Amino acid sequence: MTTTTSTHLTTTTIATTEHQHPHPDHRILGLYMFLIAEGMIFVGLFVAYFTFRAVAPGMQGDLPKLELMLPGINTIILVSSSFVMNRGQSAIKKNDTKGLQFWFGLTALMGATFLVGQMYEYFHLEFGLKSSLFASTFYVLTGFHGLHVCFGLILTLGVLWRSRTPEHYSEHSHFGVEAAEIYWHFVDVIWILLFVILYLL
Amino acid sequence: MTTLTQISNDTTPSGGDRPKPEWRKYFGFSHDHKVIGIQYLVTSFFFYLIGGALAAAVRTELATPASDFVSPELYNSLFTLHGTVMIFLWIVPSTAGFINYLVPLMIGARDMAFPRLNAIAFWMLPPSGLLLMSSFFVGPASAGWTSYPPLSTMGPVAGELIWILSVLLLGTSSILGAINFIVTIWKMRVPQMGWNDMPLFCWASLATGILALVSTPVLAGALILLSFDLVVGTSFFNPTGGGDPIVYQHMFWFYSHPAVYIMILPVFGMISDIIPVHSRKAIFGYRAIAYSSIAICFLGLIVWAHHMFTSGTPPWLRMFFMFATMVIAVPTGIKVFSWVATMWGGKIQLNSAMLFAMGFVSMFVIGGISGVMLAAVPFDIHVHDTYFVVAHFHYVLFGGSVFGLYSGMYHWFPKITGRMLNEKLGKIHFALNFIGFNLTFLPMHKLGLDGMNRRIAEYDPKYATINIICSIGTLLLAVSTVPFLINAVRSWFWGDRAPANPWNGLTLEWSVSSPPPVENFAVDPIPACHPYAYGKPPVSISAPQPEPVST
Ligand SMILES: [Cu+2]
Repeated sequence: MTTTTSTHLTTTTIATTEHQHPHPDHRILGLYMFLIAEGMIFVGLFVAYFTFRAVAPGMQGDLPKLELMLPGINTIILVSSSFVMNRGQSAIKKNDTKGLQFWFGLTALMGATFLVGQMYEYFHLEFGLKSSLFASTFYVLTGFHGLHVCFGLILTLGVLWRSRTPEHYSEHSHFGVEAAEIYWHFVDVIWILLFVILYLL
Repeated sequence: MTTLTQISNDTTPSGGDRPKPEWRKYFGFSHDHKVIGIQYLVTSFFFYLIGGALAAAVRTELATPASDFVSPELYNSLFTLHGTVMIFLWIVPSTAGFINYLVPLMIGARDMAFPRLNAIAFWMLPPSGLLLMSSFFVGPASAGWTSYPPLSTMGPVAGELIWILSVLLLGTSSILGAINFIVTIWKMRVPQMGWNDMPLFCWASLATGILALVSTPVLAGALILLSFDLVVGTSFFNPTGGGDPIVYQHMFWFYSHPAVYIMILPVFGMISDIIPVHSRKAIFGYRAIAYSSIAICFLGLIVWAHHMFTSGTPPWLRMFFMFATMVIAVPTGIKVFSWVATMWGGKIQLNSAMLFAMGFVSMFVIGGISGVMLAAVPFDIHVHDTYFVVAHFHYVLFGGSVFGLYSGMYHWFPKITGRMLNEKLGKIHFALNFIGFNLTFLPMHKLGLDGMNRRIAEYDPKYATINIICSIGTLLLAVSTVPFLINAVRSWFWGDRAPANPWNGLTLEWSVSSPPPVENFAVDPIPACHPYAYGKPPVSISAPQPEPVST
C-alpha cells in the first residue's frame, strides 16, 4: 500500500524551541461565542412575544398597564452598575486590587438591589403567572433574565472571593474580571431590550 | 515515512510504535480531543443500535395492517424515541466525534481550543441518553420527535418532561461543542495554513458550528415555554388559553431545519476529503465546495417554514419559503457536481470507504430531488405527513448522513485505532446496507403518493404488500450491522497494523503515526502542499512550501 507516493506528505519542521509553547488563550472569544448562543435564546423569546402580540387570541386588545416607577429605577441601577463595574477593570489594569474589590463590591450590591426590586415588583403585580398569555410571557421573560442577573452576580462574587488571594488578579492576568464584566454588560443590554419591549412598547 | 515515526517516538511514552491501550481513559474525563472523539463515536454508535432497535420494532408493527405487535400508544413512543435518538444521540454526536478527532489533526493543532469544555460537552451525552431511555419506565414521550403542542401537552407529563430535559441537555452539549469547533478552526490553525488551505472538512465543520450555535438556542427557548405549558399549565401554545401553537412550530423548525444541515454538512466535508484520496485526483472546485458550505449555512437559516405549508401559513409567506428552499438546491448541487467531477477520470479505488462515499452521493441525490419536490407548495400539501416525507428524509439522513459516516469510519479507522479494517467484511456490510436501505425506503415514496399517513400504527390493507417489502428491507439493514460490528471489534484488537498513511492522503492527519501520539505534533507542522494536490509531482521533503498549490 505505502509506496513512494507517501513521500508527498512530509511535514517540514521549524525551530524546536517552539516545542513547549503554552496552549493559546482564546477564552474571551469563546465567551463571546457563548453569549451569541445566549442572545439567540432571548431573540427567540422576543420574537415569540411579538408573534403572540400579532396573532395569538389571548394577547389582542389592551394589555395590562405596568407600573413604570420601580422598574424605571431598577433600569437606572442596572445600567449604571455596568459603568461602576468598568471602573473595577480599570483598577486592576493598574494593579489596584483594592479598587477592583471596591467597584466590584458596589456592582454586586447594585445587582442584588435590582433583584430585590424585581421580587418586590412580582409580589405587587395584580396578575400571576397563569393569569393571561401576556402575564405568562412577562414572568417567563423577566424571570429568565433575572436568572441571568443571578448568574452574573455569582460571577462577580466569585471574582471578589478570588481577589482576596494577593496577586490572583494582576495587570496582565485578569480573565475572570474581564469575563464577569462582559457577561454583566450582556445581561444589561438584554434588560434594556426587555424593558423597552415589555414596558414601553 | 521515516520522519513520521521519528515524530511519534518523541512523544509516545512507551517508546514503541503503538502506546499501550489505556482503556480506562475512555471512561474518564479526558481532555484529549482524540479520546473525546472516540468517546463520541462509540457512544453515539451505541445509541445508533438502540435507535435501530426502535426502528425495527416500528417496522415489525407495520408489517401487518393491524395493530398487533405493540399497542398503538407504545407505537407512538417507539417512533418518537426512534427519531429523537437517531438525531440527537447518533448523527449529531457522531459528527461531533469526527470533528473532535480530525479537526485539530487537520489544522496542525495539539488539541481543541477549550479541551475541558470539550470533555464537559461530551459528558452531557451519556446521562441525557440514559435519561431519555429511562422514560420507558414512566411512559415515554409519544408526540413525535417534533413534539408539537397541543399533542405533546396532552399525553403523559413525566415522559414528555424527560424528553424536554434530555433534548435541552443535548442541545447545550451541542452548543458547547460548536463554540469549540468555531474557535478552534478560526484560531488554532498552524500559521502557514490560510483559510483556503484548510481541508474541506474544516470548512464544513465551521459552517456546522455556526449553525448549531445560532439555531439550537431557539429550540431551547421553545422547549422552555413548552415545559411551562406542560408542567405549570400556562398557555403559550394552548389556543384554549389564548396561546398559539403555530409559534412553537416556527421556533421548533428554526432549529430543526438547520439541524438537517448540522447533520449533513460535516458529512459533506468528510466526503469532500474522502473522494479525492480514493480517486487519486485533486478535488474539483475547492473554493466552490468550501464557500457553498457557508452559503448553505446562511440559507439554511431562512427556509424553516417549508415544514409548515399546511399549518395555515399565509400564501405570500409560503411563496418566500418555497423559493428560498429551492435556492438551497444550488449550493448543494454545486457540491454534488464537484464530487462527480472529482471522480470523473480518476483512478478510483473501490474500497469500502469509497463504496460508501459513492453510495452517499447517489442516495443523497435522490433525497435532494425529493426535497426540491417537497419544497413546491402544491406538491407538499398533497403528500404532507405521508410516507413520501418519511422516504425523503431517510434518503437525506440515512442514505446521506449515515452512509457518509460509515464512509468516514472506513476511511479514518486506521488512523484512529492504528489497525486496518477487513475489506471483505466491509464490502459485505456495504452491499447489505445499500440493498437493505433501498428496499426499506424506495417503496415508501409510492406509499406516500398513494396516501398512506405516517405515524399511525394501523393502515389500510391495500398498502400491505409494499409495507412487507419495507419491513424485509429493515431486517436486512439490521443484519447489515453485524458484519460491521464484527469487523470493527475484531480489527480494533487483532487487525493488521495500519501504517501512518495507508491511503496516501495529503491532509495533515496522515502525517502523524496511526494512532497519533498524545500531543499530535511534536513541532508545529508546515503543510508541504495543498491538501488536494493529488496527481501532482511529489513535493520535495525538506523545503517548506509557503505557496500552496492552487487547484
Ligand atoms: Cu427543512
